[in-house]
Amino acid sequence: MRSGMHTMNNLVEVKNLTFKRGDRTIYQDISMSIPEGKTTAIMGPSGIGKTTMLRLMGGQLKPDSGDVLFDGQSIPGMSRAQLYACRRDMSMLFQSGALFTEMSVFDNVAFPLREHTHLSEDVIRTLVLLKLQAVGLRGAEKLFPNELSGGMARRAALARAIALDPRLIMYDEPFAGQDPISMGVLVKLIKDLNDALNLTSIVVTHDVTEVLTIADYIYIIAERQVIGEGTPEQIKNSDSDLVQQFLQGEADGPVPFHYPATDMRTALLGS
Amino acid sequence: MEFFARKGRNAISALEKIGRASVMFWGAIVARPRPMKSVPLTIKQMYVVGVQSLLIILVSGLFIGMVMGLQGYTVLVNYGAEESLGPMVALSLLRELGPVVTALLFAGRAGSALTAEIGLMKATEQLSSLEMMAVDPLRQVIAPRLWAGILTMPMLALIFSAIGILGGHLVGVDWLGVDAGSYWSIMQSAVDLNEDIMNGVIKSIVFAVVVTWIAVFNGYDSIPTSEGISKATTQTVVHSSLAVLGLDFVLTAVMFGTE
Repeated sequence: MRSGMHTMNNLVEVKNLTFKRGDRTIYQDISMSIPEGKTTAIMGPSGIGKTTMLRLMGGQLKPDSGDVLFDGQSIPGMSRAQLYACRRDMSMLFQSGALFTEMSVFDNVAFPLREHTHLSEDVIRTLVLLKLQAVGLRGAEKLFPNELSGGMARRAALARAIALDPRLIMYDEPFAGQDPISMGVLVKLIKDLNDALNLTSIVVTHDVTEVLTIADYIYIIAERQVIGEGTPEQIKNSDSDLVQQFLQGEADGPVPFHYPATDMRTALLGS
Repeated sequence: MEFFARKGRNAISALEKIGRASVMFWGAIVARPRPMKSVPLTIKQMYVVGVQSLLIILVSGLFIGMVMGLQGYTVLVNYGAEESLGPMVALSLLRELGPVVTALLFAGRAGSALTAEIGLMKATEQLSSLEMMAVDPLRQVIAPRLWAGILTMPMLALIFSAIGILGGHLVGVDWLGVDAGSYWSIMQSAVDLNEDIMNGVIKSIVFAVVVTWIAVFNGYDSIPTSEGISKATTQTVVHSSLAVLGLDFVLTAVMFGTE
């Protein structure tokens, strides 16, 4: 499976990718590399298509031009069967958790195992309980998704995401809408899982402080481009105004406070 | 000029929708089946769409049969032909009312629920997450629901007709005093297995495919917001009701029109 020296250290590579939705260009000639075994964060303001990037990497969307390589193979160029085979090595934690509402937590975590392996129910039970133990929810195996808090649902979804021991896990806004405690739990989980299972993690988020503590490498995207990249240290010391505005959370700056509008005097008083 | 442009755009988007619906249907029904997985999923859905629609079918069937018994009797008795109440009730139910009313009720009860359920699965990213787990949502979610609808609706239509005939009996025979023997015997000689019962079943299979397809597709194609799902649910009921009534005329013309 592993190919080409040039991709040895990068599990995912985005190469000169352009993606348009209707007439709107989401990404213009963007390139990124995700090193294997590391946690890479993709940050940027809301609404610029960070989730779209994950979907492009997962092959749910096809780029208009450019390429996405997973382990050296081109994702957009794959047949459906190849893509499905490839997805067994990657996994995505959706923002809502996306647990199957009609199944218990146990069955949710067991689902990928039952779909993709021929293990006996005994073995599956052991595996599921181990995964649930890892996220601290072994006691919640019988609960249904509507009985879980937001943070618990995300942890259960995380247990499901690691059920098949993927090589890559993509987190879509894992911290959005979490209280400080569940936020701390998730930060710890992402870090621990990455180290213990030797995963490659991609975290898409706009929570600056959390990311600076867990990421090995950070990409900041805005305006269809990568506007800053580097280790947390390099990012903190970046001299780009845009990056600094984002990190400091300043209301006005290169990203203006005002939505583009006509002159206020004309709007209020007429011309 | 703007008017024609708008009509043209509507027509194109309608055609695109039909195209997407066909692709979904193809992907779900024709895809390589996996009996070990599909059969239990389908049985579960048959319970959801079939058994849970049973009560409304039984109650409506009973009342429609009773109304037919009453209306039929008041007309037929003028000509001293109240003995023909049996075949009148049976033929109307088996040929028309059974398949058509069942399909309309099914669209309202099960169809709207299917659309809303699939729409919500889409909105909560469950369909995407299936895809990312390398499980085809068309096979896992769509196909079992399609098959369940297609298999259960003809059964529901037959149950509807049967209970309606009993309802006609209740009013015509037990209440208004039509002779029970003639109710059943004239019905028996008038109803033909192929001509009446099978044609009704064929109608009902056609309606089942159309209604379930519309319901499932509207959910699958819905805009994943609360507004989008409510719109899709309404569309399911409206489109499938219109499709059933329109198709009923076509099927009736083909089956019974050339005698």
